[in-house]
Amino acid sequence: MKLNRRKFLRTSALGAAGALATPYFFTRTVQAADTIKVGVLFSLTGGLSIIEKSLSDATLMAISEINEKGGVKGMKIEPILEDGASDPKTYNEKASKLVIRDRVPTVFGSYTSASRKAVLPVFEKRNNLYFYPTYYEGYECSKNVVYTGAVPNQQLSNFIPWIIKTLGKKKFFIVGSNYIYPREMAKVSKILIEKSGGEWIADEYLELGHSEWGSMVNKIKTSGCDVVLSNVVGDSVVAFYREFKNQGLTHDKLPICATVTSEIEIAAMGAEYAVGSYTSFPYFQAVDTDINKAFIERYRKFVKDPKAVTHHALESSYFQVYLWKQAVEKASDLTPNGIREGVKGQEFDAPNGHVKIDPENLHAYLTPRIAEWQADGQGKIIDEYKEPVRPLPYVAYGETEENLFCTAKGLDTSKLKL
Amino acid sequence: MVDVLFIGLSLGSILLLVALGLAITYGAMGVINMAHGEMVMVGAYTTVMAGIWLGTSIFIAIPLAFVVTALIGYLIERVVVRRLYGRLLDTLLATWGIAILIQQAVRLEFGLSFFGIHIEGLGPGLQRVDVPAVLQGTVSIAGIEVNTYRTFIIVVTLLMTALTWFILYRTPIGMQVRAIIRNPKMAAACGINVERVNSLTFAFGSGLAGVAGVMMSGFKTVFPNMGTAMVVDGFLVVVVGGVGSLLGSIVSAGMLGEINGLVASFSNDIVARAVVFAVVILIIVLKPQGLFSFKER
Repeated sequence: MKLNRRKFLRTSALGAAGALATPYFFTRTVQAADTIKVGVLFSLTGGLSIIEKSLSDATLMAISEINEKGGVKGMKIEPILEDGASDPKTYNEKASKLVIRDRVPTVFGSYTSASRKAVLPVFEKRNNLYFYPTYYEGYECSKNVVYTGAVPNQQLSNFIPWIIKTLGKKKFFIVGSNYIYPREMAKVSKILIEKSGGEWIADEYLELGHSEWGSMVNKIKTSGCDVVLSNVVGDSVVAFYREFKNQGLTHDKLPICATVTSEIEIAAMGAEYAVGSYTSFPYFQAVDTDINKAFIERYRKFVKDPKAVTHHALESSYFQVYLWKQAVEKASDLTPNGIREGVKGQEFDAPNGHVKIDPENLHAYLTPRIAEWQADGQGKIIDEYKEPVRPLPYVAYGETEENLFCTAKGLDTSKLKL
Repeated sequence: MVDVLFIGLSLGSILLLVALGLAITYGAMGVINMAHGEMVMVGAYTTVMAGIWLGTSIFIAIPLAFVVTALIGYLIERVVVRRLYGRLLDTLLATWGIAILIQQAVRLEFGLSFFGIHIEGLGPGLQRVDVPAVLQGTVSIAGIEVNTYRTFIIVVTLLMTALTWFILYRTPIGMQVRAIIRNPKMAAACGINVERVNSLTFAFGSGLAGVAGVMMSGFKTVFPNMGTAMVVDGFLVVVVGGVGSLLGSIVSAGMLGEINGLVASFSNDIVARAVVFAVVILIIVLKPQGLFSFKER
């Protein structure tokens, strides 16, 4: 290339401008044209790292797969890994760091509702985008969060009528850990139980992480219930199922029907304690598709553990990166706004089946499934919907497909009569 | 009602099992051993590892965990605690540091995870201990169906308490330990090798924590910070019972366990926990020395 006068002038002017602006360039992270940075924010330390590490791994695996196939729009994805340390306050600080300093257009993260609620103000105030992979209690409508886990109508609306009609159980004992998710789930459950002609006789809570279940299981035993609906979370699950069996209760007479118990907890308690109990999730490791089998194999190779188990939130952590990639490809610019518009209506063949992001409320269409736990620690899927179900985060408050509360315009509070 | 009392008894026996070792180390040596909970955790991991690598059951794990944790306890005493006698708050900080080190060693698989080496049975995840079928479900005692595993815990606790009592009150070394509890300087003046006895006492206390860990492993979840909450409960028992008193620990563990069980069954576990703490505060206010304490002479 020949350097002529006009070009020389232009280049030197640019150079001067660059030199003047140097301090500015040093303070912000330079986004090189051939990479796109994203935040990955899960707890790598602390009590919740048990589960959240696997979500982080699944996210990184999807990113590395996309990068191997050439990246997105020719750009490599560069994950910036942050540690939420199982602490909502740390989550908030790390989210601010990713959004303000690293200027990432998207962050993938969070397992608990507490950590999501903690980062929400950051993403709403800075108009950034958060991808949240966990099943949660609903009752949230943010244009800055893409929710790819199940909401109550994808986990309970199929489960409760099934328990009453197919299992023939009518008296529910609702038990959960003492925080927002189990309490909201109980609220939805009660509405569904009453609607389906059952009754609930108790609604009890134990502290998160509590592992002394003697009194509670004794209460269940003497309550006269014929089914237990469990929203117990974390390591308490293990102690609960063990105590349940050790007090002589059996799942064929008094089954535990759970919304949180996944392959991870089953592996930790020993399958013999859970055989015959039920869980409702859109994804189980046992989903019998080639896509899922290949996914499990790749995941095990990625984490270098031939026995690693996959579960619902992990699978969502994986496929949501692909949905994001498609959104970036569709988006006109790489801003959070552009990606949000791009992600609306995106579809993908995930390990659990076909998923789609609802253009109105940014939640995912998922296929509800119910599994009965087997002696090998895997769920046997005994009931599943033929098609993915539309997510309704306000189903407990009367939201239906014809009457959406949460739309692209935001939450219609006039409909929300408590 | 029998059910409720049984649960209370079992809660008490778990408390006692954890507190037994503390009662000795805190009582005899005046060391606030914050790493006691981690000894419980190490005991639980010994069970996990023995199951994976040796194929042994939970029964074999009991003596194994006792030996492993006793050795670690002995090492901690020789290397760190020995230098800190008479400095109560320093022992608290130092053993707390040790607790964090042990936790991280397990979580990071002794640092090997940095090199991509994975040891099965270690790491940050939940671990599983296979409970033999004999210990699952219920067993019928005098026409009442009771929880087999909890009965097993109660039996082991009784045996361990009896063993501790025997060592303390029927052996020469036990007499030396009791002499040190009363007055370490006088004991030394009488020719007792206080250093050696202290090492052994610390090792024994840690070993008891290891056995508690084996019991917990078949019952609760095994993960790196499982011991942290237990050490608090252990101290409650020791403080309420009176420092250095075996009988005091037994009575206070039984009492706190039954209070917890009774309140939990009539109300719920959250209230029960609050009531237990209220009772503990009341006792500390009314009897600062604990329920059973030596008369200072």
